[in-house]
Formats: sequence, C-alpha cells, structure tokens
Amino acid sequence: MSKEEAFRAQVKKVYRLLMLLLALFIISGGGLMYYMVNPDALDFMSKTETVAFAPIEVDEDRIENGIHVRTGLIDAEGLMTVVNNCTNCHSSKLVTQNRMNAERWNATIKWMQETQNLWDLGRNQEVIVNYLVTNYPPKAKGRRMVLSDIDWYELED
Amino acid sequence: MKRRDFVKKATLSSFATLIGTELVFGSKMLNGYTPLALQDPDPFKLFNKHKDMVVLNDKPWNIEAQAHLLDDKITPNSCMFIRNNGLVPEDIDPNTWTLTIDGESVKTKKTYTLSDLKSKFQQHTYQLTLECGGNGRAEFDPPAKGNQWTIGAVHCASWTGVRLRDVLENAGIKSNAVYIGYHAVDKHLSMDPNKEPISRGCPMTKALQDETLLAFKMNGEDIPLVHGYPLRLVAGGWPASVSGKWINRISIRDKVHDGTKMTGTAYRVPCKPVAPGEKVKDEDMCIIESMPVKSLITYPKTGAMIKNGKSLTIRGHAWAGELEVAKMEYSIDFGSTWNTCPLEKPENRLAWQHFSAKIDFPKPGYYEVWARATDTNGIAQPMLLPGWNPKGYLNNACHRIAVKVT
Repeated sequence: MSKEEAFRAQVKKVYRLLMLLLALFIISGGGLMYYMVNPDALDFMSKTETVAFAPIEVDEDRIENGIHVRTGLIDAEGLMTVVNNCTNCHSSKLVTQNRMNAERWNATIKWMQETQNLWDLGRNQEVIVNYLVTNYPPKAKGRRMVLSDIDWYELED
Repeated sequence: MKRRDFVKKATLSSFATLIGTELVFGSKMLNGYTPLALQDPDPFKLFNKHKDMVVLNDKPWNIEAQAHLLDDKITPNSCMFIRNNGLVPEDIDPNTWTLTIDGESVKTKKTYTLSDLKSKFQQHTYQLTLECGGNGRAEFDPPAKGNQWTIGAVHCASWTGVRLRDVLENAGIKSNAVYIGYHAVDKHLSMDPNKEPISRGCPMTKALQDETLLAFKMNGEDIPLVHGYPLRLVAGGWPASVSGKWINRISIRDKVHDGTKMTGTAYRVPCKPVAPGEKVKDEDMCIIESMPVKSLITYPKTGAMIKNGKSLTIRGHAWAGELEVAKMEYSIDFGSTWNTCPLEKPENRLAWQHFSAKIDFPKPGYYEVWARATDTNGIAQPMLLPGWNPKGYLNNACHRIAVKVT
C-alpha cells in the first residue's frame, strides 16, 4: 500500500466518524427539542388523566323520571324557584321531609326570615308555597301508623 | 405557553368558577387527584358510619340509626346518630384549643387548655344515654317541622372526661348562679359569623351532677370530629342538644341561658297539654329537661320470619332520662296482655339498661312484638303517641317489630 492510499483510507475513517457524530448530534438534539416541547414524552409510567372535566359538561339542572336530579325535588311548576331560594342554606331533604299546609309554610318562611337570614321572597313566596303544598301535601297519620315497608327475611338461629 | 400546561390551567380556572375560589397550587396537584371540593361527599365514609344508617339531611348533616343497628350494649361510632344545627368545623388544632369559663356568675374568668383540663382534674368514664329531643318526630300528626327522626336518634356510648363541676368550681361559682350556657366553634348555615347555630345549656343542678362531663374521649378514643372533637359537654338523660359539641366557652349565668335554641319554641313543649294542631304562645312553652322513659327492641330486626314451634329471642335497651327503668314488658297481642322480662341494672346512672326475653307464639300468623318500659316513678311508655306538641318532641311511644310465624 502506498503512502497516499493509506492517507485516503485514514481520511475516509475520520469522515465516517464525523458523519456518525453528526447523525448522533442531530438525533439527540431533535430528541431534546421534542422533549422541551412535550415534556411528558419520556414519562412512560403516567396514565393520561383528565382533571375533573366531567362536572363542567353535566347539566346541573337535569331532570330524570320527573325528578330534579341534583335536589331530588319533583319537577313541577315552581321547581327552579324552590331550588334557587330554598336549597342555598339547607338541603332539599329538609324541605321534602316536611309536609305542611300553606299557613304553616308561610309561618316557617317568616321564621327563616326573622332568624335565619332568609331574604324577602317577594312574589316568589306564593310560587314556592304553591309548589310545596301541591307536590308535598301533608299525610294523615292518626295516633299510630300501621307498620309498613317491612323487609321480610328468614330468621335463622 | 406549553400546550399541556395551557390545558391544565384552563381546567383549573373552570374549577375556580365551579368551587367559587381559586385553586392555589392547583398546578402542583398530583395527576389524577380530584380536589375534595368536587368529591361526592359520601357521609358513610366521611363519618365512618354503617351503610344502613339513614341520611335525613345533608346540609346540615343529620343521620339516624335504625333499631337493629343499636344492638350493642355500648353504641359504636358507626351506629351513632348525627345531629347538627350548623356546619361541622374544620381545622381544629387540639394544641391551641382552649375552654373559657365566664359569665355573670363566675368568680374569676378562667381559660384552660386541653392539657390543663386533662392534667389538673380527675378523669371519669361513664356510659351516658343521649337522645335527640325530636327523636320520633316523624309520627306526630299534624306533622311538626324539622328533621323527621323516626326511632334512631339515640345512643349510649362510653364518655371519658373531667367533671364540669370540678372545672366550674375551680373558676368559682357565685351564689346567684342559675344556669350554664355553652358556646362552640361550629358555623351558622348562613355563614353569618355573628350567629351561633346553637348555644344551649342546663340548670346548675344538672351542671353539677357527677355524670355531667367535659369529655375528650368517646369509647376510649378521641371523639370523632362530627361528634364534637376535641371537647364535648355530655349531659346524659337530657335532650342531646344540651351536650354541646366543639365547646370552647361555658358561661355561668345568673338567669336561664338565652343562647340560640334556648328561647322561643326550640326544645320546648307546651307547659299545659294542648289539642293536636293547637297554636301555643311562646310564653306558654317550657324548656325540656329530663327525657321520658323509652325502650327499643334491637334484636331481631323487624320483619323476621320464624318456623312455627320455634321460640324467638328478643333483646334491646331501655332508659328513663334522669330516672332508672324499673320494669320492662313485652306484648305479642297488641297490649291485651303483657309479660315482664328480665332487665339489667344500668352500668352507671344515666346509662341505658339491657333487656331480653324468649317468646313462644301460640300459632302461625302475623305478630307484632311491642316493648314497654316503666320508670321508677311508675310512669310507662304509651302505646299511642304521647301528647301532641308544636315542635314534635318527646315521642316515647312503644317500639314494635313485625314478626311472622310460618
């Protein structure tokens, strides 16, 4: 082998080495760039989670089977007036478990205004009381009710 | 801005509109974590309650037991009813908690830390029956407003603490003292800081009883938050509202305490009997003191079916406010005949007493087992509803369970 050929071969080697370095540089540089833009790319362990998107899309006031889902109140005339005025401070459960006539509801509203910071209901008061006495009328119970809704089961010793 | 961050920030800001406040450090929130404010509040997990407990109200939280859940001699936390007038306080620090004794009739206004109370005074443990004044309200006709408790607003836990008497005497009681009134840190439902959800109390005679405790333990452990952590006044045998939770101040008053729910019609019944539905003036309403005699069949659960010829074991508890239960009876023929059954003495004064009986039924059919307790004054539970009252208190009518013999 002549001196010249040996030199050529060496140049080729150096050239290949440089090309390899360049390729490595481009690949790793590109990878780093990608990582900067999308820092989660190397985080193989994490699962994608959406942080509480669901409540935003749900209709707060949806009705199912004639019931206002969020409060459990019957869907009827005056429903939203009751929801907006009567479920801020206390639960709707306090409304539905109490069955009163118009006079006693009005007295109860007066008591809430005098002692519990309830606002003036204006014309809405009539709408609310009408809704309550129509949809949640008092039930006659007498001096002792019959036992009902009994869940019968076999009693083993 | 990086796309992902933008998405996260946008979600967090919609959050802010949802919960009405900015979520500080929201960006540091762990992936997949849903903030507490948006978690569906499951009261059974929140308060460690049995799945059969019944939620009457979720704002404020009011939850009652069913008879069969109260079978234990000492009621565990999981089956204790919850009655709240306001919002359960948050961020309680027992290290900085103090109790102040003040009022017109205190000799020296004094403040004690929890460790003062625990170290300076002798500790006592009592089993104490606490029943909500409105337990049984659901049965009144015409109905009374308020939470419609059926039978489960009663429990008898073991309470450990110091005697209220010892603390009051340490501060000094003037001779004109009439009543004590408690104050606590729970917030009013309207969030009005000037309103107390409840501030009741009792006459000095009740306050000075051996069993009236400033308790810091329930069933041997720190009192659960919803039951009054870190300090609860416990006055057994009286409406449970006297047993104030989250107590930080007790006033020795020179008159009947006039705090929230002491006046008007709250925890009061007509001084004289009235007809159902009758209007009663505020001044004709008297404060409830001792609760009336009552009992519960806690085993078996109502609805039991047994084979003909087999006998049925029943058991339960009976209590009588300030008094003791002297006699326990059951009937399987709607009160036509009564059978006396064995009744244990109370573990201590004001603890409920346990009864049991073995019942044989004459033939197949539908039966109701009715239980009736009689106190040491000879007063028994009525089979019908007791006297109607505007707020539906003190229903101590006999408890009954349905049984079928097949």
